[in-house]
Amino acid sequence: MISRRDFLQVSMAASAMVGASGFGNWARLAAQQSLTQDQLLEFDTFGNISLIHVTDIHGQLKPIYFREPSVNLGVGENKGHVPHITGADFRKVYGIADGSPSAYALTYNDFSALAKAYGRVGGLDRVSTIINAIRADRPDALLLDGGDTWHGSYTCHHTQGQDMVNVMNALKPDAMTFHWEFTLGSGRVNEIVEGLPFAALGQNIFDSEWDEPAELFKPYKFFERGGANVAVIGQAFPYMPIANPRWMFPEYSFGIRDENMQMMVDEVRAAGADLVVVLSHNGFDVDKKMAGKVQGIDVILSGHTHDALPEPVLVGKTHIIASGSNGKFVSRVDLDVRDGQLMGLRHKLIPVFSDVIAPDPAVAQLIEAERAPYKTQLEEVIGQTDTLLYRRGNFNGTWDDLICDALLSEREADIAMSPGVRWGPSLVPGDDITREEIWNVTSMSYGEAYRSEMTGEFIKVILEDVADNIFNPDPYYQQGGDMVRIGGMGYRIDITKPQGERISEMTLLKTGEAIDPAKSYVVAGWASVNEGTEGPMIWDVVEDHIRKLGTVTLDPNNSVQVAGA
Amino acid sequence: MEFSRRETLAMGLGAAMVTVLPFRVSAAADDRIAAFTGGAEMAEGGVTLNAPEIAENGNTVPISVEAPGATAILVLAAGNPEPGVATFNFGPGAAQQAASTRIRLAGTQDVVAVAKLADGSFAKASATVKVTIGGCGG
Repeated sequence: MISRRDFLQVSMAASAMVGASGFGNWARLAAQQSLTQDQLLEFDTFGNISLIHVTDIHGQLKPIYFREPSVNLGVGENKGHVPHITGADFRKVYGIADGSPSAYALTYNDFSALAKAYGRVGGLDRVSTIINAIRADRPDALLLDGGDTWHGSYTCHHTQGQDMVNVMNALKPDAMTFHWEFTLGSGRVNEIVEGLPFAALGQNIFDSEWDEPAELFKPYKFFERGGANVAVIGQAFPYMPIANPRWMFPEYSFGIRDENMQMMVDEVRAAGADLVVVLSHNGFDVDKKMAGKVQGIDVILSGHTHDALPEPVLVGKTHIIASGSNGKFVSRVDLDVRDGQLMGLRHKLIPVFSDVIAPDPAVAQLIEAERAPYKTQLEEVIGQTDTLLYRRGNFNGTWDDLICDALLSEREADIAMSPGVRWGPSLVPGDDITREEIWNVTSMSYGEAYRSEMTGEFIKVILEDVADNIFNPDPYYQQGGDMVRIGGMGYRIDITKPQGERISEMTLLKTGEAIDPAKSYVVAGWASVNEGTEGPMIWDVVEDHIRKLGTVTLDPNNSVQVAGA
Repeated sequence: MEFSRRETLAMGLGAAMVTVLPFRVSAAADDRIAAFTGGAEMAEGGVTLNAPEIAENGNTVPISVEAPGATAILVLAAGNPEPGVATFNFGPGAAQQAASTRIRLAGTQDVVAVAKLADGSFAKASATVKVTIGGCGG
């Protein structure tokens, strides 16, 4: 249905203009001249329906850097398949030239050099320009937000999500589903959702007491577009009460509930849906499995695992679209729907190069208004970095290395733990670290940095448990995060083994001694899902640490040995 | 730097976590099944068991069973110290042979449903329910 040629025509034209050589020396201006907004937006309007997908923005109103992972391992049937390939392998699969804009947007290599050439990505004012351009082609295009929108920044935290709500409302979405939004607490989520001027969807959002569909969130909504009936079904993150603090939203229950999904698909088909779209926060591998089990879904707009794929993945008759994170990409999906059937699809993953795409002035003004009350706090420079700071990767990233260092030193601990979340932009060497950047990688409603004693045995239990949440060969048992990051301790992991047998050779780095199962160690961490966790806020711990360092320089982290990849 | 006793005690990830390995099907569960079926063969299919893949709260896991035409359905938590959960009996007047309840699971384990069908044959279904510390969602 979608040919490689189609894709090359619409998406790769931009790379061809820039070529493969000399990227390290380019000035920003050069990139700007050789890459134009028209090229990024170029799209041969197709069929009778357009979908616009944004997801996992994580509070990022302004342009940022975002380095994609170098390590993103698949297990079981997903081993070696997208999105579980990275770097040169990824570029080879999609025919992307080294050093090209697509290479910068989609892979990690030479990130710092390419970042200097191509600049920052994202910014909701730029996203707005893209949406406006698509709406100029197709005025009734559906804008669908996959969630993780009202979380992830200083202003989002201090306004309890209101900054994101206000700016997103200006973009006029048609529907949304949810994950981190619920960590605002159910009272606040309910308050916002009750006032939303668009549909809040989740067929798997249930009332926890009665195990019945929650009243406030509808399973689906119908839209009449291009002479066809389009049903959009929502799928919220299935494991919210497990991956995030259940006590913050005790009235709600989630789960994958694929039997109910099938019932909803059958129900909308019976009611005359010509096209069935699932707006999902399942994560990519869960969506793939669900597409194989639930019959009758035409398109899944996939979120949660932050994968950005330049082509749809086809499972049976279901096209799965992955649109990245942090405002870095917008997906446009044009569909030809006739006689109650999807006849064709054309797709483009549009990278939001912030120096190439002009900001929408009205939205830019709105963003500045949201930020104005916090300007001084946001912009305060805490230190500088000589090291590329990024988060993504299955086992570690330099941001979490820095956060773990902060926990070890500020909290006087033997071992540090930082959660394997996938949000948080990057900084390139030479950048200032402002308070805003620290909050971009730490802000949450349960940021207390705990300090406690744990036995070696219990630390292994934690590692085994988290490892199974990412490396269980059945995607339905995966929660879609990365491995908990560990400071002060090394270990070996065999990702092919069952739970209880993956982790070995746990070593306390400061002494080089093996971890003793019976001995207690002082462990500092943050983002506990337990109610009543006490300690200073993680952003303050990290800020204190960076202030003392002045300039951050990190050594390469080789403390995790991975087998079975 | 000083730490209060309270701070030191403030526990991190899942202090209540009690289990490391998935619990195996115990001899006690096998005995229960044998007593229910009289040792008869059990077919796969004919009974539907709905349970979450990962429990939101291991202390109260919603499950439901359905077996059209069944006279009784036995539900076991195969890895619990005491595996018996319930036996639902359906009289001839029952509109449907379905039931739902909530169960407590000591750790990751299989939940098993065995239905006695009207013709005296037996059918079995099982589902693995994971009980996890959680806490690291993307």
